[in-house]
Parts: sequence; C-alpha cells; structure tokens
Amino acid sequence: MMEITEGSHAVAEAVRLCRPQVVSAYPITPQTHIVEALADFVANGKLDAEYINVENEFSALSACVGASAAGSRTYSATTSQGLALMFEVCFNAAGMRLPIVMSIANRALGAPLSIWNDMQDSISLRDAGWLQFYAEDNQEATDLHYIAYRVSEDRKVLLPSFVCFDGFILSHTYEPVDMLTQEDVDKYLPKFNPPERLDAADPVSFGMYATPEYYLEFRYEHDKALKDAREVIAKAGKEFAALFGRDYSAMVEGYKLEDAETVIVAMGSICGTIKDSIDEMRAEGKKVGLLRIRVFRPFPSEDITKFIKSATHVKRIAVLDKNISLGAKGATAIEVKDALYGSTVPVWNYILGLGGRDVRKKDIKEIVVLAEKGQGDQFYGLRKEVL
Amino acid sequence: MALAVGCRARPGKARDNKTGSWRVFKPIFDHEKCSKCGMCQTLCPEGCIHEDTEGTFIPDYNYCKGCGICAEECPKEAITMKQEEK
Amino acid sequence: MAEKCKACELFDSGHRACGGCGASLAARLVTKAAGANTIVVSATGCMEVFSTPYPETAWKVPWIHSLFENASAVASGIEASLKKQGRKEKIVIMAGDGATFDIGMICISGAFERGHDFTYICYDNEAYMNTGIQRSGATPYDASTTTSPAGSKSFGNQRPKKDMPAILAAHGAPYVATASIAYPADFMQKVEKAINTPGPCYVQVHTPCCTGWGFEGEQTIAIAKLAIETGLWPNFEMVDGKVTKVKKVVRKPVTEYLKTQKRFRHLFKPKQQDAEIAAIQAIADRNAEKYGLDIKLKKE
Repeated sequence: MMEITEGSHAVAEAVRLCRPQVVSAYPITPQTHIVEALADFVANGKLDAEYINVENEFSALSACVGASAAGSRTYSATTSQGLALMFEVCFNAAGMRLPIVMSIANRALGAPLSIWNDMQDSISLRDAGWLQFYAEDNQEATDLHYIAYRVSEDRKVLLPSFVCFDGFILSHTYEPVDMLTQEDVDKYLPKFNPPERLDAADPVSFGMYATPEYYLEFRYEHDKALKDAREVIAKAGKEFAALFGRDYSAMVEGYKLEDAETVIVAMGSICGTIKDSIDEMRAEGKKVGLLRIRVFRPFPSEDITKFIKSATHVKRIAVLDKNISLGAKGATAIEVKDALYGSTVPVWNYILGLGGRDVRKKDIKEIVVLAEKGQGDQFYGLRKEVL
Repeated sequence: MALAVGCRARPGKARDNKTGSWRVFKPIFDHEKCSKCGMCQTLCPEGCIHEDTEGTFIPDYNYCKGCGICAEECPKEAITMKQEEK
Repeated sequence: MAEKCKACELFDSGHRACGGCGASLAARLVTKAAGANTIVVSATGCMEVFSTPYPETAWKVPWIHSLFENASAVASGIEASLKKQGRKEKIVIMAGDGATFDIGMICISGAFERGHDFTYICYDNEAYMNTGIQRSGATPYDASTTTSPAGSKSFGNQRPKKDMPAILAAHGAPYVATASIAYPADFMQKVEKAINTPGPCYVQVHTPCCTGWGFEGEQTIAIAKLAIETGLWPNFEMVDGKVTKVKKVVRKPVTEYLKTQKRFRHLFKPKQQDAEIAAIQAIADRNAEKYGLDIKLKKE
C-alpha cells in the first residue's frame, strides 16, 4: 500500500514487519525517529518485542550479540559516533556469525562535530565483516531491511548486515513508499531459526578464542561466507521481485550505461540527483551513465567489471565518494580501481558532500566536465579560501 | 573439513588436554587415614577427584596438575605429595 | 540445593589454569551451585582464556564470551531473548576484577539500573592476571604489580580497593554478597541465593592467584582464609542495600596475611615498613568497624 511517510518511519514500519524479538538501541541524531517509532510500536502492542533501553551504543550492539546468540531475531539502529562506539562489537558480532540487522542513518564523524550526512561512519567499518547495503530512496531503504534479514540469516551466510541510508536526506524526508503487509513479509521472511543457540538442552560455547593454528581459517571462512552472500543476495532479490515487483537481485544498478562515455559511480541518495542530471546532460548530447553500488560488502567487483571492462564506449569513470580514507582516496574509488585493474580507462575520484554539503545537479555536471578534462582525484566544491 | 561456524564448540574437548603431564608432585591418597569428608574433592580446581561407589576419593592423574591443595587442606593429613618419577 | 549438584561437574578437567588457581575453583563451584539449567556469560580474562581455546571448551553449560567490557550488556540481551521465548534458564556472568571494577563499569551500571534478572559473579584476584599482573581498581593498597611496582620511591599500589558491592547496592541490586573460595559451602549458598533472587545480583568472590600474588599453589585456600581472618576481606551479604549477614572472626594481625605473598614482600624486606603495615592494619580495622567483623568475647 502506498503511503507518504517519513523515511525513518517507513524504516521502522519495515523493521516491525520483520518481527524482531529483541530491539536494543540508543538515541542519536538522525536515527532517533526510527527507535522512537519502534518504542511506540512496542508500547502499543504493535510489535511483540523486548525493547532494551541501553546506556550507550556499545551496549546496544552487545545486547544484540547476547540476544542473537540466545536465538532471537535482533535489531538495532545507529549512526556516526554511535557506530564508532560500536566498533569493537561490530567485529565481534560478525566474527561470532550472528545475523543482526542494523540500520545506519549515515552521518559524518567528528571532529569537527557534524550531525549531517556523509558515509564516513559505515564506510569506516568496511573491514568489520558485515554486509553493507546502501539505499537510494526510502522505498529501497525499507525493502532492503527485508532482504537484509533474509540474507543475513541464510545458513550459507550467517553474518550481520548494515542497511545504510543517508541521514536527514532520506531519514527525515517524506516520500511515497509502498509498504508491505504483515502477510507479505511473513511469506518472504521465515522465522529465525539459527543452527545453534545458547540452550541448556544442548550446550554450546560461543565466542571461544582461536590460537594461531585456527585463527587464519576462521577469517578465511568469514570472508568466504561474505563472498558467498553474493549468490544469496541474488536469490533473495529475485524472490522478492517475484512477490512484490521490485528487483534488488543485482548488487549494482546501471542507469543509461549502454553507450555511456562517462560513467559515474556512486552510492546512496545522491544517485537520484545524478540520474536527473544525466537526463539533462543526455538532452545536451553528452553520453553519461551511472553505475550505482547498492551492496558495498561484499564488494561487487565482478558486476563492475562486467559493466565496464568489456565496454569499448567507456572513456572515463568518475567515482563520487561521500567518504575519504584520509591520506589515500575515497573508499569506493580505491575498490573500483582494484576491480578494473588492467583496464586503461581512467578512474577519477571526487570527494564531495562531506558533513552534509549539498550536492546539486550542476555539481554533477561540473564533475563530468572535470573528468572529461582529465582532472580528478580531488575534493569537489571546496570553499575558495582553502585553495 | 570446515571449522565450526563462529568458533563454537560443544562440551567434551577440554578433556583432550591431559594436564596431568604438568605435574611435578603427585598426591598419594592414604585411604586408611581418610575420613571421607570430601574436602579434597570440593577444593580441587581441576575437578579431577572422584568418589567411587564405596565413597572413596580417587584422583584422576590424567588431569591432576599436582597443585597440592588437596594435601594442604585434608583435615586428616591423608594425602601426601611425592616427587613425580618420569 | 547445593547438595543436588554436589556430584555434577559442569566445569571440565583439562582446562589450562595454573595449578592451584583460585579462579578455576570458583568456576567449578559456581557451575555446581547454579546447575545445568544455566547460561554462563564470560568477560575476557584469565578464566575465559584458560577454559576455551578452540575447540577445547571446559564449559558443560551453554557459554558465551563476547568482549572484555560488555558481559553485562550481552547478558541483558540474553535475558530479553529468553523472556521473549518463554525460557527459564538462569544467567550467570563470570568476570574478573578488571572486567568488573574498571573496563566494564558502564555496561554493569546500565544493566543493573535496568534491572535484568541475572547473577554477576566477579572472581576477584585483585589485578589483571591475564595480561601479566597489572593493577586494577580491585588491587589492594601497597600491592606490588607490574604497573604499580614497589620501588625506591613507591610501596606499590597507592589506592585502596574500590567498593564495588556498595556501588551495586546503590544501584538497587536486591542481593549483593562477598564470598571466598576458602568457604565453598558459603560461596555456593550465596550463588544459589543470588540466582534465585529476581533482578540483578552481585557476588564478589575472593580468588587468590598464586602466579600473580607470589605463593605456592597449595596455599591458595589457606591464603584466602587468612584474608578473611585478618579482616582484609570482609565476607558479608546485603539484601536490598542492608548488610544482613557477616562472617565474624577472631581477627589476626594483617602481617599474617601479607607475609605469605611476594606482592607485599617489600613491606618486610629489606626492612619492615611499620607505617605502611599500620596503614593496611587500619584498613582491616575500618572493615571490622564497618561490618562488625570482630567476635566480641563474652567477658565485656
């Protein structure tokens, strides 16, 4: 059913429909509306879950670790500083192979303090061993929660997921969203049934330590499970499409790539702006296309290669990053370059939109001009006084 | 063979580690002196002193590290520590 | 109730604790008292390490370790999950003094304030033993550790032990107790009582560490007993914030306890430090006063 609703509320509703049994979260801007809505659902009997009001984000995710190990579907949500505080638990939850799903309302990291959007928070945890989904709009932000639970809990995967969507830009924006019904979601998402749980009837030790004789193998298996998730995502996406019509089976999405000479690569809500500007540029005769990355972990190297490496029409690639690995480049650019190793197509990186700086259509057009001129690997849109 | 997902294990495997090999001094139990109070069993950090059907306490030398708590705490001084002969 | 599990061993032989380890005995006694219908949550530390190198777990009950500082948050999640599933297992946290007095304080405070139903056992060996005997908030006054070494300008750790039982009682914990492995029946009774009291309960058990304190392994129980007999380890119970039971003793001078351990050797050699010993005696005297430790002879 189509509803015009705030992004956070749409996400909270989707989470409710996934029937998490334990919700544990700590308020932080711009995630608050999600956890407030979930608390309200619990208080009014619309969600049959234990809601733990923890004292900080570190404990929020730690409680999810316990609840998930004990056999419950668990949920948390955070952003920015909160996610940074969870750093240690993120690696732990993934290594323990607990399929927790957590929404990230993407926000910049301090210092300087900023409550506004970029993707530095979740990108900084790219090595934590979680799946990372990035939504372009609120429809996708809600749908990716169903997909995330389905994929995370798949026995081939058993890994936690971030569902990332831009703070404020999506979380606080009203858009029409097609909400599924409980019946729909129950059809798609089976009851949580992990292979093992903390249970006195069948004691298992969770979170043992690995000596040097075993640690390497555990990391290998973790990496393999994350890579195997590619197939599971494809399958879960196809089934979702068959039931509800929206297809998330691909980890990347192409927009007007067929004959594109300039390919923009980006993630998140900025892609809406990019698509509009592509339409305008094409009307002016410029062959520009977009390759949107929906799943950043596992990284869709093969999909990127498939789209670009064999295409002779591609003359340049502009990777837009709302994050930076300081002292190097944007994370997406680094990984796109790695995927395209051996190709002669130049890949230019643009760091933009950090800390909530607005990115408009004219900015995208300017970036395309820069790429055409062979100018890149730079911050875009800096104030004049720092130049 | 794949490892247990998430570094987990079911009970039982600790017993593969025969800590009796650490022992330097070995507790020798004098069952004549023993009053069967069970203090040795209660205080053994290894949990390796077992009571047989007659109520006699027998150490399992596969695991006994020879710490000597049983000998020290035995109220009847029925346990003596002897240098291990290897 | 302790009787029913007297024979069952839920903490397996083959673990890698030092011979004479007080903490490993505590693990045995806690699992005996708690029984098989228990989920144990461990914090990182000696006990976690000596009992669970993959795949050799010593735990015959369901067990989980996540991190150093989050055992009480993990237990909160487990409790919520069990509640939702309608399950009745008891939850017992086993954490050392570093995980409890220092790094885990925020998680502990949050979990106790929320009132989850679990029992938190702190096995207190009075320093970070797993990393090689560094001082913690539980290290007693003047104990020499690797980060509070006694030297020409120092008598060792310069702060008294943090009063964790009082802190948790102030959180509204319905049951708080101290115990000692030297009195296993008393310890097990306290564990049972804590487990059977709804809400977050705390038991702090004194577990001498032969390696960290510097004594022979067979002395573990004798030294734990001396801590109580000198008044340096008051053994008591608090119900709803009020002390309800105290182990009374005919107190011995603190030197009888201090002399047994290398961590206090600098108080006696090369020469006896009377002022420092008097300061430690004053700590014991204050404990005696506060908890009423002294057995009063009838003559008075």
